[in-house]
Amino acid sequence: MKLKNPLKLEGARPLSEKAIDALEHLSASRRDFLKTAGVMMISFGGAATGKAQSAINPSGNVDNAQVDSWIAIGADNSITVLAGKCDFGQGFRTVQLQLAAEELFVSMDRITLVLCKTGITPNQGYTAGSFSTWTQFGRGGLRVALDTARDALFQLASQYFDVPVSQLTVTDGVFSVIGGDPDYTVSYGQLIEGQRFNLTVNPNAVPNDPSTWKILGKPIPRVDIPAKVKGTFQYAQKVRVPGMLHGKVVRPPWLGAHVQSVDKGAVSGLPGNPEVVQINDWVGVVADTEWHALKAAEALAGKITWSAGETLPAQSDLYKFITQQPSRDAYAVNTGDVDKVMSTAAKTISAQYLYPFQMHGSLASSCAVADVRGGSGKTATVKAWSATQSVYDVRTFLSTLLSIPTANIEVMQVEGSGCYGGNGADPVTFDAAFLSQAVGKPVRVQYTRQDEMTAGEHYGHAMVSNQKVGLDANGSIIAWDNETFLMVHGEGPLAAFTFGGAPGPGNFIPGALAGFPTGQLVPTKTPNPPFGGLFWDFGNSVPPYCTGAVNGVNLGTGTVASQRCLTRLVDSQLWTSYLRSPDHIQNTWSNESFMDEIAASLKQDPVLYRLRYLTDQRLIGILNAVTQNAHWETRPSPRPGNPHSGVVTGRGVACVLYSGFDGYVAVVAEVSVNQDTGVITVTKVTAGLDTGPVINPDGLRNQMEGQVIQGISRALLEEVKFSNLGKGGVGGGAVTTNDWDSYTVFEFGDTIPEIDTVLINNLKVAPTGAGETIITLMPAAIGNAVFDATGVRLRQIPMTPANFLAAKAAQKV
Amino acid sequence: MATFAFEVNGKHATVTVDDPSTPLLFILQENFQLNGPRFGCGLSQCGACTVLLDGKPIRSCVTDISSVDGHRVTSLEGLSALDGESDANGLHPIQQAFVDEQAAQCGYCLSGPILYGYAFVRDNPGASRAAIEKGVSGDLICRCCTNSRMVDAIVRYAQGANQGKEHGR
Repeated sequence: MKLKNPLKLEGARPLSEKAIDALEHLSASRRDFLKTAGVMMISFGGAATGKAQSAINPSGNVDNAQVDSWIAIGADNSITVLAGKCDFGQGFRTVQLQLAAEELFVSMDRITLVLCKTGITPNQGYTAGSFSTWTQFGRGGLRVALDTARDALFQLASQYFDVPVSQLTVTDGVFSVIGGDPDYTVSYGQLIEGQRFNLTVNPNAVPNDPSTWKILGKPIPRVDIPAKVKGTFQYAQKVRVPGMLHGKVVRPPWLGAHVQSVDKGAVSGLPGNPEVVQINDWVGVVADTEWHALKAAEALAGKITWSAGETLPAQSDLYKFITQQPSRDAYAVNTGDVDKVMSTAAKTISAQYLYPFQMHGSLASSCAVADVRGGSGKTATVKAWSATQSVYDVRTFLSTLLSIPTANIEVMQVEGSGCYGGNGADPVTFDAAFLSQAVGKPVRVQYTRQDEMTAGEHYGHAMVSNQKVGLDANGSIIAWDNETFLMVHGEGPLAAFTFGGAPGPGNFIPGALAGFPTGQLVPTKTPNPPFGGLFWDFGNSVPPYCTGAVNGVNLGTGTVASQRCLTRLVDSQLWTSYLRSPDHIQNTWSNESFMDEIAASLKQDPVLYRLRYLTDQRLIGILNAVTQNAHWETRPSPRPGNPHSGVVTGRGVACVLYSGFDGYVAVVAEVSVNQDTGVITVTKVTAGLDTGPVINPDGLRNQMEGQVIQGISRALLEEVKFSNLGKGGVGGGAVTTNDWDSYTVFEFGDTIPEIDTVLINNLKVAPTGAGETIITLMPAAIGNAVFDATGVRLRQIPMTPANFLAAKAAQKV
Repeated sequence: MATFAFEVNGKHATVTVDDPSTPLLFILQENFQLNGPRFGCGLSQCGACTVLLDGKPIRSCVTDISSVDGHRVTSLEGLSALDGESDANGLHPIQQAFVDEQAAQCGYCLSGPILYGYAFVRDNPGASRAAIEKGVSGDLICRCCTNSRMVDAIVRYAQGANQGKEHGR
């Protein structure tokens, strides 16, 4: 049977198996890839130096609007899918394989999935914010490209068999006619004939009906786990490039200190041919082995003269300090009537909540390998292997840092350890690139533990939140007013959002040390209106009980109409950026603890009192599902009859619509509290999520369970500490939590609570996020449970024994 | 320069270094290209670098290469061969238990819970879940907080190991 090919597929052949091998093999250069792909290399500027240009698009950019940028089908029936959302251990490689297999009607093992390589995969920005599922299953991601390809294959098959599409059936990539000769078939490879689709992605392409799913919606085991447990998995920390040297950084001992002199002779004579590199306040060293590099860095650190740094506020004054600084202010909502309505209230309640700087604290210290050849300028090239969340943004930053055009730079994402946000992955990539550019050889940098916690780490924002509500004579909330101070500095890729303007490499620690400008916080005279003139609850500063009214449109989840939520950004001396559930966890700790205080002041059950104000049926649904599963006992807090000494137990609740759109979530925490020692133990957590159709129930549960325990760690244990003056009062301020003894986290041996996960498999809506949902509620749910058990209201994180005992004494409980 | 002879995952090996205090982890990573033991802290505080030294879990990030001279080093990669217990995927039963429980997120920590779990079950046959939860501990961290599944996996392995003994395996 001669193949009809009415779509006139034209262009270069898709990637061959060899090409895929080249892509997946870390040591293969782009030139090898181009050769094996059998694609004529289009060079510009000069063929000898044009090796970073892509076979798909010689500019080094990939056109997300083209189906061929996302999928290639070989004449041998091989299927290659290219996508721009990374896997950090949250299971997103497996999820994207499930998606591709489902939409293309093939088994997962037929698909080679290539993720996050500049010039090869689509630019999908950062893999962050719980947005990956929402993106890839939505109208601008992988799913619509797959569905466009699927529709084209059906059209081709329809014309091949000369029957309508409705009479076709497809099994593992092979079409036949329903009721026809089962041996009369045609495969995807035969239809495509090894050519490109040459089609524009159709954003209206219809997804396969979730009720027919065979691979999505199933607890498919993660494809990466066997290699990880066997020990063979190649993390970014294990990338090895021929001729690679090892580098270390030497950071200022105090925040804001500048290099006065560097004695490069400090390393002379040490083994491993160490070489010192200095760019303004940025200092590093390379040597032949990691141990030699470490010894050289130690020797060098003692031979650098630094200027005095900045004096920080005393740790105990931090929260007072925050509220006294000039601030950049913006409303999330402001209906303009809050003061007037508040003045009519029968009663007002107010409280202040405090949240410290916390850190990502990835288990692996961050690591990257960079290979910069040819110095700088138009003929220089860069290859970088990085655990970044965005290969394209790192490429842009590297271009600025190194003065090398982006078209000559390749960035390949290699999985590091769990990142939980903007950890050291991008900074260490810049550090490796500086060293490699200086020595002209590939350089691997892995931070020490102290580097990871102080030298590449951008902390999560410290917060002070002032809450106030007005109640009418019936105990109903008639106005809600909150004001949130957040400490920010640098902010990494968030700089545009925080300061305005484009983010540059100076918004990361290494770039700033090397002399690139850092975004400056410009205080506002009067607060800015809600961003974009819309309700945009990124940060969850608006309580779930408000209408979220902006310009007359209510997009919130509640009924309180008179509302004002003001966010006030304050300059920090500690570097900051986004940490899992950025600002959401701080704001929700405040909002959901305060809601509990209001209910308690009125002697109302915390769940029933919340339900009085909620209008969103999905949020109501998940709250009810979770409290039912937890066998919630309807009564006010605190629990009647609990003594005020010894060990007591209690339960607390919290709920939210994450980010205002990205997952409906509710949690009930149960605790026991030793009121004599102040030790809080979380004994059981019921965590529920309605995030649309469940993509992989076991993977989702894994994420939820991890968030429960990480949330316990954040709520009870974690706090970045600093000295304000430096050792002996000289030098300057510095972070002192620089290892796992000083920065306490949940460890093996700590009590693991019973965890009950409640999944709502809601097939009628589009899939949304999960990765930051449960953790957002953990501090509030735990704090509310502590109040239920003890009558002590905790308003400061972490809920350490000392903080509990201090609050108990102050509240005279 | 000093030369040390030891066994890595069942194979005889020698290494020559200028500094006998070079940590074992860097030798395993650079000279033997092993991916199982991983640098997390360099301070013996997290467990990501764990290997077995003559069957006992140690932290390779703070173990001088000189102190392993004449000894037997086993990493995650060599665990199945150590006991001669390997399934079709080349996994030791405790590794298979981690797959069965899907007990990992990023998995960078896995040398710690797997090798300490393996040694604890070997040394405490019949240990209860509560004993495993408390006993597999001590400067051992999973920062993704996959702890509950990892304990499930060690318990699953322990139950399998006990059953094996009962059946005279």
